[in-house]
Amino acid sequence: MTSRIKKNTGLRLFIQAVLGRAYPRVIALQREKSWMFFDIFLPMLAVSAYVFIYRAIGAPKEYIGFVVVGGAMTAFWLNVLWSMSSQLYWEKEQGNLALYIMAPNSMMAVLLGMAVGGLYATTQRALAILLIGSWVFEVEYVVASFLQLFAIFMLSMVALYGMGMMFASLFLLLSREAWHLTNLATEPVYLMSGFYFPIKNFNFWVAAAASIIPLTLGLDAMRQLVFPSGPALGFLTVQVELGILVLLSVIFLVGAKRLLGFMERLAIREGRLTESRR
Amino acid sequence: MEFAIQTESLTRIYKIRGGKKDDPKELVALQDVDLQVERGELFGLLGPNGAGKTTLIKILTTLLSPTTGRASVAGMDVAKEPHNVRPLINMVSGGESSGYGLLTVRENLWMFSQFYGIPSKLANDRIQKLLEIVGLGDRHNTKSSDLSSGLRQKMNIVRGFMTDPEVLFLDEPTLGLDVGAARDVRGFIRDWINADSQRTILLTTHYMVEADDLCDRVAIINQGQVLACDKPSILKRRLQKDAIFMLEVGSLNGSHLEIFKDIPGVRKVTQRDLEGGAVLEFILEEESVLGNVVNTMTTADIRIKHLQKREPTLEDVFVELVGRSMEEVERGDDIQD
Repeated sequence: MTSRIKKNTGLRLFIQAVLGRAYPRVIALQREKSWMFFDIFLPMLAVSAYVFIYRAIGAPKEYIGFVVVGGAMTAFWLNVLWSMSSQLYWEKEQGNLALYIMAPNSMMAVLLGMAVGGLYATTQRALAILLIGSWVFEVEYVVASFLQLFAIFMLSMVALYGMGMMFASLFLLLSREAWHLTNLATEPVYLMSGFYFPIKNFNFWVAAAASIIPLTLGLDAMRQLVFPSGPALGFLTVQVELGILVLLSVIFLVGAKRLLGFMERLAIREGRLTESRR
Repeated sequence: MEFAIQTESLTRIYKIRGGKKDDPKELVALQDVDLQVERGELFGLLGPNGAGKTTLIKILTTLLSPTTGRASVAGMDVAKEPHNVRPLINMVSGGESSGYGLLTVRENLWMFSQFYGIPSKLANDRIQKLLEIVGLGDRHNTKSSDLSSGLRQKMNIVRGFMTDPEVLFLDEPTLGLDVGAARDVRGFIRDWINADSQRTILLTTHYMVEADDLCDRVAIINQGQVLACDKPSILKRRLQKDAIFMLEVGSLNGSHLEIFKDIPGVRKVTQRDLEGGAVLEFILEEESVLGNVVNTMTTADIRIKHLQKREPTLEDVFVELVGRSMEEVERGDDIQD
């Protein structure tokens, strides 16, 4: 049997699928303006609380900057948790997951599309928090190396969204437990990743364990690169953190691909790919 | 001969969560199903909710693996070669809410077209053409969350057909639609299959009229087993030697039905309750048995309001095979699809 209309395969199909799945996330930014309140104003309240605490106890001025940068980066963690890790649960309930699996494209392309779309949309939110926070709290930045800063940010995102893709595969089998697990992971990671303080304050081994979350090292390295006193408050050197982020990126992306294949086969065997109603 | 769809001794058993470890609960959703669907056929699977229709479709669309047996689509094993099967198929389910509410109809359809590798321009042209055919041409820029369920199902239909699949699975495609929308969808399905002899559709439904109206052949399925499979006209011919009468009567009590069943020559009797009465359908071995039925009713002081002889339908075939109407099976059936 041959198809009667032209259909791309291979890399072209992969890219089309990535762009296709990224599209809803990109367009949502323009159509659902409520994000400006929920994703900028509300995180700014948490940032403000820490800023006022640091001011009240007379903490070094850089800590204010640390909080603003950390506040901006929380947007990515929330996006990975709610819009990557648990996303396949919602897709399953909506009936989309079965259609994604049944289509000839790779599920990795769908996950990557979710990640690319999420990254694009979240970057806007993070930038807004960063700009508003920096303006309101008069944060000053001295960038040591734009190239390194860009590399660290990109690697943090690749590793973070790779981790999100891996979690999404794990969550493939879950039902409503996905919601609870996501809730469970939110606050502890705020603490462990040092969103509002330098992780150097932790015991070395605690900080090392927290480094499994890519944002921990990404945030630490970025702070070292944009604040003059950053290196003194950094956990490891930027070069070491860069190397670890490369390693984490590879581990999470390869892990996501392998785990996705395994979980997909398992879900097909157990009949858990379609929504509970059908 | 290569069939568009073929199953051999296909069985699917679900393990039920919550069962004891040493005594796990199981549910047999499909049992030794053998089917062959030829290329170009519109094949119907007719059965009540929980009969195993959706399970069969899930297996054929590579979403579920069989417990035992084999299933193939376009000559390829769905369990061993899912990646070769997927480019050739698509599926539309009744009442599905796929896509994203904030996207417009066209955007949702475009997104799904990208998962099949259809070039953007071609996809947009096909989407517009198909939307116009199903009467949604002027709604392409409407957010899908703003569509009624009927219009949304038309969008789903376009999603399934726009990839020009060689084998299309329609799982209760008119479920929940009003009469007009269901008629439009059936018309579209009929036109699509008639336009190309290489296209194959497997359609599941529990609407007898839909199966009778649309399908070249029908398999009647209940409790995971195929009970009969043939052209609707041939299935109905099985009952042509019987006489089928519909009687609208006054109120009945529970024991009456048993009395009617005991009348010699009554093959089957089913009851559908109405306000202030009921409709009884009798399948009789011959017309002369009707006299005894009427006499029994008169003796039992049951008032006959209306009596009509009618031709056999697929519903009668189902009753003949299962012993109960599909509605009765659904009421008392606890098997999940």
